[in-house]
Amino acid sequence: MKISREDVLRVAELAYLELSEEELEKYRAQVDEILEYIGKLNELDTTNVQPMAQVLAEAQTVDATLREDLVVPCAVADDVLHHAPDPEPPYFRVPKVIER
Amino acid sequence: MNQLTTISAVREAIGGKKVSAREVAADYFKRIAARNGALNAYLTLCEERAYKQADRLDAQVAAGKPLGALAGVPVAVKDVISTRGIRTTCSSRILTNYIPPYDATAVTRLEAAGAVILGKTNCDEFAMGSSNENSAYGAVQNPAAPGCVPGGSSGGSAAAVAANLAVAALGTDTGGSIRQPGSFCGIPAMMGSYGRVSRYGLIAFASSLDRIGPFAHTVADVATVLKVLAGRDPHDSTSTTAPVEDYSAGLSQTVQGMKIGIPKEYFGAGMDAGVREKVTAGIALLRKQGCDVREIQLPHTDYAIAAYYIIATAEASSNLARYDGVRYGPRVEADSLIGMYRKTRGSGFGAEVKRRIVLGTYVLSAGYYDAYYLKGQKVRALIAEDFKKAFAEVDAIVTPTSPVPPFRLGERVDDPLQMYLADIYTVTASLAGLPGISVPCGRIEGKLPVGLQIIGPAFGEARVLQLAHAFEQAGGAAL
Repeated sequence: MKISREDVLRVAELAYLELSEEELEKYRAQVDEILEYIGKLNELDTTNVQPMAQVLAEAQTVDATLREDLVVPCAVADDVLHHAPDPEPPYFRVPKVIER
Repeated sequence: MNQLTTISAVREAIGGKKVSAREVAADYFKRIAARNGALNAYLTLCEERAYKQADRLDAQVAAGKPLGALAGVPVAVKDVISTRGIRTTCSSRILTNYIPPYDATAVTRLEAAGAVILGKTNCDEFAMGSSNENSAYGAVQNPAAPGCVPGGSSGGSAAAVAANLAVAALGTDTGGSIRQPGSFCGIPAMMGSYGRVSRYGLIAFASSLDRIGPFAHTVADVATVLKVLAGRDPHDSTSTTAPVEDYSAGLSQTVQGMKIGIPKEYFGAGMDAGVREKVTAGIALLRKQGCDVREIQLPHTDYAIAAYYIIATAEASSNLARYDGVRYGPRVEADSLIGMYRKTRGSGFGAEVKRRIVLGTYVLSAGYYDAYYLKGQKVRALIAEDFKKAFAEVDAIVTPTSPVPPFRLGERVDDPLQMYLADIYTVTASLAGLPGISVPCGRIEGKLPVGLQIIGPAFGEARVLQLAHAFEQAGGAAL
């Protein structure tokens, strides 16, 4: 077994994901099967391989990822707040975080 | 009116004042009203926006102004691509009431070229799936194979075009989500190289893999739409500065002498016999066109699914952290902030998304990062290297798009690993960042569509389209 019930509980905690008992066991078994399968990567010796962290980056010009840090108008605040679950313009309201 | 199903037919009819853009749009909405109830391809229609755009075009025609490349062309957009003022759900309950405050660059470019956006199409939730059955808003019927899935995740876009409910459609491809539904619905479907089309406004699944691309009835139309979409966008720093070729111009050039690689690893066990027969016939057809067909090796193919599902789920777990019940979507109330996050996410996401968040969070978590995520990134490099070596020898690589033909609705749900394994022929080009197209390659016993995949080198879109066009013109769809 690659992944235990406790592992899934820990991961769900990290991901802020509430899972029912039924989901917990179902995903554990399914993710376990997937991890078993993924284990086949260990057949490959990758000691001297550089991880691929960029895709086709060699085609980019230098200026593609760097730009002047300019302030530009972005008049969407009203729209965004209007569709929020609990807005109090200009804020989003959330349950109380800090107890006095 | 006779239905106009290609870009050139629509443009000529509108430009020649045989019909107005408004009439074309109305005709499509009429067809949608008649058929969408059964197909479930569209989730949201945007008549007001469509007619506004159509009227603008009709005014252009009246004033004798030149028309854009997609003037009056009715287009569908996958519901993971942002449309200002038009509900965009990602087929998820967690975005059930989300109205984007801006348009994706792909949408802006479509409309600037004159396209008339009809509506937003169904897909697997957050583009996670290969059958469209992971939608919170119901499955989609395959118009080319009744009772079967349309493929996924861009199943609604593929079905809309195949059923003549749009001339073209936008899909997104992360591990095959454009090419496989194109194959299942019997139409051409393409993703360009990574970065070829801006991802700005595409709601992210796996950012190092996600790409936007077109579905249409002909390869020529796919080329026209891709040209409209392609190009650098300052809003997406991964959008490429590599120059955009004129994909339509070279379409009819001869493919005689073109070197085609057939990777032997793609023809092993696990391929449906009917798919094998059609793809073998497809390769013979390419040979008949004078292509120089040879066997090649892509030795790390067998590891692609494992690497892909590590990388894609890791990126997804991070990208989907933003759905927290604060800024958009429904909120499930709780006593504490964390409790609200947990309940909102637990009830808002569907099973496949939760499964992938669990897997993706696990492979990134302390103690497992090196064993899984880093290993996956290294194997990704090996797969990209395989292709680089192969493209030193050949101009294009030809494979089946999917090892299986369209399967029955409900047949494969609840066995995620089996579903993942069927992505084997499409995830490789996704990992390597290369362009790929699926073109119709006959139907098994005259019924189930089969797709032929053509993969090109980085930014080799023009060559991929040229070969796909030659295959189509030679009668590939009728094999």
